Amino acid sequence: MNLVRNHVLISIDAGTIMAGARAVEKTLVNEIASQGLTDEISVLETGSVGATGQGVILVVYPEGVYYGNVTPQDIPELVEEHLLKGRPLKRLILSEVPRQHVIKKEKTGLLKEQPRIVLKNSGIINPENIDEYIAANGYEAIAKALTTMTPDEVIEETKKSGLVGRGGAAFTTGIKWDFARKAAGDIKYIVCNADEGEPGTFKDRLILEGDPHKLIEGMLIAGYAVGASKGFVYIRGEYALSIERLEKAIGQARQYGLLGDNILEGPFSFDITVMKGAGAYVCGEETALIESLEGKRGHPRNKPPYPVTEGLWAKPTVVNNVETLANVPDIILHGALWFRGYGTEKCTGTKVFTIIGNVATPGLIEVEMGTTLRDIIYEYAGGIKDGKQFKCALVGGAAGAFLGPDMLDVKMDFVNLKEYAAVLGSGAILVMDEDVDMLDMLKSVLHFFRHESCGHCVPCRLGTAQLVKIIDRVSASKGKKDDIDKLIKIAQVMQATSFCPLGQSLNLPISSSLKYFGDEIRSRVR
Amino acid sequence: MNLEDLKKIREKAQKDVELRQKQARIRVVVGMGTSGIASGAREVLKTFVEEIGRRNLTDVVVTQTGEKGLASREPMVEIFEEGKPVVIYGSMDSEKSKRVVVEHIVNGNPVTEYAIEVM
Amino acid sequence: MYREQLLKKFNPALDNILYILHELQDNNPEHYLAKEDIRVCADYLEVPYSYVHSVASFYTMFSLKPRGRYIIRLCDSPPCHLMGSQSLLDYLKKALKVNVGETTQDKMFTLELTSCLGVCGVAPAMMINEEMFGNLTPAAVDSILDKRRKEL
Ligand SMILES: Cc1cc2nc3c(=O)[nH]c(=O)nc-3n(C[C@H](O)[C@H](O)[C@H](O)COP(=O)(O)O)c2cc1C
Ligand code: SF4
Ligand code: FES
Ligand code: FES
Repeated sequence: MNLVRNHVLISIDAGTIMAGARAVEKTLVNEIASQGLTDEISVLETGSVGATGQGVILVVYPEGVYYGNVTPQDIPELVEEHLLKGRPLKRLILSEVPRQHVIKKEKTGLLKEQPRIVLKNSGIINPENIDEYIAANGYEAIAKALTTMTPDEVIEETKKSGLVGRGGAAFTTGIKWDFARKAAGDIKYIVCNADEGEPGTFKDRLILEGDPHKLIEGMLIAGYAVGASKGFVYIRGEYALSIERLEKAIGQARQYGLLGDNILEGPFSFDITVMKGAGAYVCGEETALIESLEGKRGHPRNKPPYPVTEGLWAKPTVVNNVETLANVPDIILHGALWFRGYGTEKCTGTKVFTIIGNVATPGLIEVEMGTTLRDIIYEYAGGIKDGKQFKCALVGGAAGAFLGPDMLDVKMDFVNLKEYAAVLGSGAILVMDEDVDMLDMLKSVLHFFRHESCGHCVPCRLGTAQLVKIIDRVSASKGKKDDIDKLIKIAQVMQATSFCPLGQSLNLPISSSLKYFGDEIRSRVR
Repeated sequence: MNLEDLKKIREKAQKDVELRQKQARIRVVVGMGTSGIASGAREVLKTFVEEIGRRNLTDVVVTQTGEKGLASREPMVEIFEEGKPVVIYGSMDSEKSKRVVVEHIVNGNPVTEYAIEVM
Repeated sequence: MYREQLLKKFNPALDNILYILHELQDNNPEHYLAKEDIRVCADYLEVPYSYVHSVASFYTMFSLKPRGRYIIRLCDSPPCHLMGSQSLLDYLKKALKVNVGETTQDKMFTLELTSCLGVCGVAPAMMINEEMFGNLTPAAVDSILDKRRKEL
């Protein structure tokens, strides 16, 4: 076997390209070839290596030497000295090798830097070992809260941070906690919503599997703030690994006295129970989730009363999403002001997006609120797969809106999307390329809703069945002339009369797909 | 446990982590989230453990972590080596893992075709 | 008798009903909730049989019909649909000679559809019992099925 002797990595990102990385790369490859070293030395493109303002950057293996500010003119000398004679070229070596920031700038996630708060440890530490979480300053926030802050101060800080719920409804977390704290009664509960059923979403799973202690710490802080001593995590039944890891983490935290009675030897006590769901999308809706926790069918309840005054077993209950709670420890540790440094004025912090479908590198990223759809697709997810054209994206899950090319530059945050009659929802972005049949996609969305309608109220139960019947016949080329108008009408009636947001929200994917692709879809019935 | 204990545990844990990194010349970290497992990460983990055991490489440890987010490149494996940039391999399988053990871990030459990121 | 034994792990409180039903179903050799399972659960929690039945029928992970040794749950939510779950479904139906909801003659496999499994980054995806599989192609499905056939 011909073993490669050296690897030269060239950092290719927006900054180094501007500094002329492509020209350096070309010269390097030519020089290596002209010295007859092509078999021994390989040149490899890599993403950002974390050093900025240092021009073109090369890293030479196996020595791991970093070179900065490299120009094409330097190449012959560099190849001669280092690659041929094995003497690193001192004058170009970077004195400061890139180091980590307070918030880890993730370089791997879809090959671009990301400010990671909730996913800081995920994919870095061993989630089954509490010591690794503690070594990464874990449980320092709850220690700070318990020893230096009153519950009211914790709530105040959370309010000031501008944190809003990441489960879809975007309600201000601090205000929710305040309601529950002020609600009458001694027994209160913290419920973590880990039902994550929105198609295209798997952000909560990454936290549960990759950093379960962060969730535990977030719940402890919420419990302290609200005056609750009991928490529940409702995890969908399909997330076997999440359940296993979280239960292990809870066991370890109990052993360390970080859960249970008199946490950190103070007066605060709190414990957590994991509940395993059994497959029902509607159980992600907070009141249906509470019904399910109580051992019933997961039908949504009437609101008001809201869970903050009458929730689990009629006690004041805070229901928060996993990602919401995972933001809390860092807010308490670094302060509201620090958190407001991320995101936009109206919508602070980061958001985890799952970016999937016809993109080059599907996956998940955590970026600042307000990042544009274009950046998410083209900068992070590598653009459309196989060099095709962008057709549209379904943003916010199945109950979200289809967004066409005119929306690519829209800032992705809860507040801004609302202005465009769209929703951020759970942060799922499903990208479709030019070849996708929109009627087929809409059909898939409607089938999802028919399957997941809980059957509790008539408009949704009958409406979803009707919608599926109509779209199935249109798709089988047996559609009637007014079928598309019927879809619109049914969805509108459902929006006005359904009992819960599941039935109400179906109008969004239908109306938005028709807005952009009305001709394409209608052409199937003519 | 009180505040003092937590501090002590943190200091000890941080030292342990450091020590582990020093004791082991090389640390192999396999992403074991559901996306990784669904794409074959268990097989990859097994291969690394077996191949490293077979060669009696006592200064190499294999551990696991959660998912990073780059689902399309799962299973992912990171190789940490004192004083060198971290190499991340993507779309790994059992055969590729064997090659990484031979070329990278034993001979110090990262397998560039499988590397998706170096940092 | 084994059923009563299983129940001892849980407090007889209504909020444990989903755990209890999961446990009963997992231990039923035909992977479903038989009348006897529901009755035992009802007695243990001191609620009517009809109550347990109505809860069990609400959640898609519970089956009131006998199923095979391996339960294949193919995701057909929009992201997996976009990445080709429909052709996998056709393939599975042909390979197993069953329709959705049916069990193969040898009682090995039951074919079901499910909503999003939360592994859309590796779509199309499916679950077999507690295990997830992603980036599926007909060839990958073949080898997964074969492996299970050979395990016997
Ligand atoms: C049909 C439906 C499904 C929902 N699914 C989820 C879910 O899976 N996870 C979640 O956190 N919130 C979900 N929600 C939102 C919850 O009702 C609730 O707003 C949220 O858990 C509150 O937490 P947050 O304030 O931290 O966002 C869903 C809502 C509806 C109407
Ligand atoms: S709108 Fe649909 S999901 Fe919501 S209560 Fe009615 S039937 Fe159930
Ligand atoms: S049945 Fe519930 S609203 Fe009609
Ligand atoms: S849509 Fe199939 S796993 Fe999410």
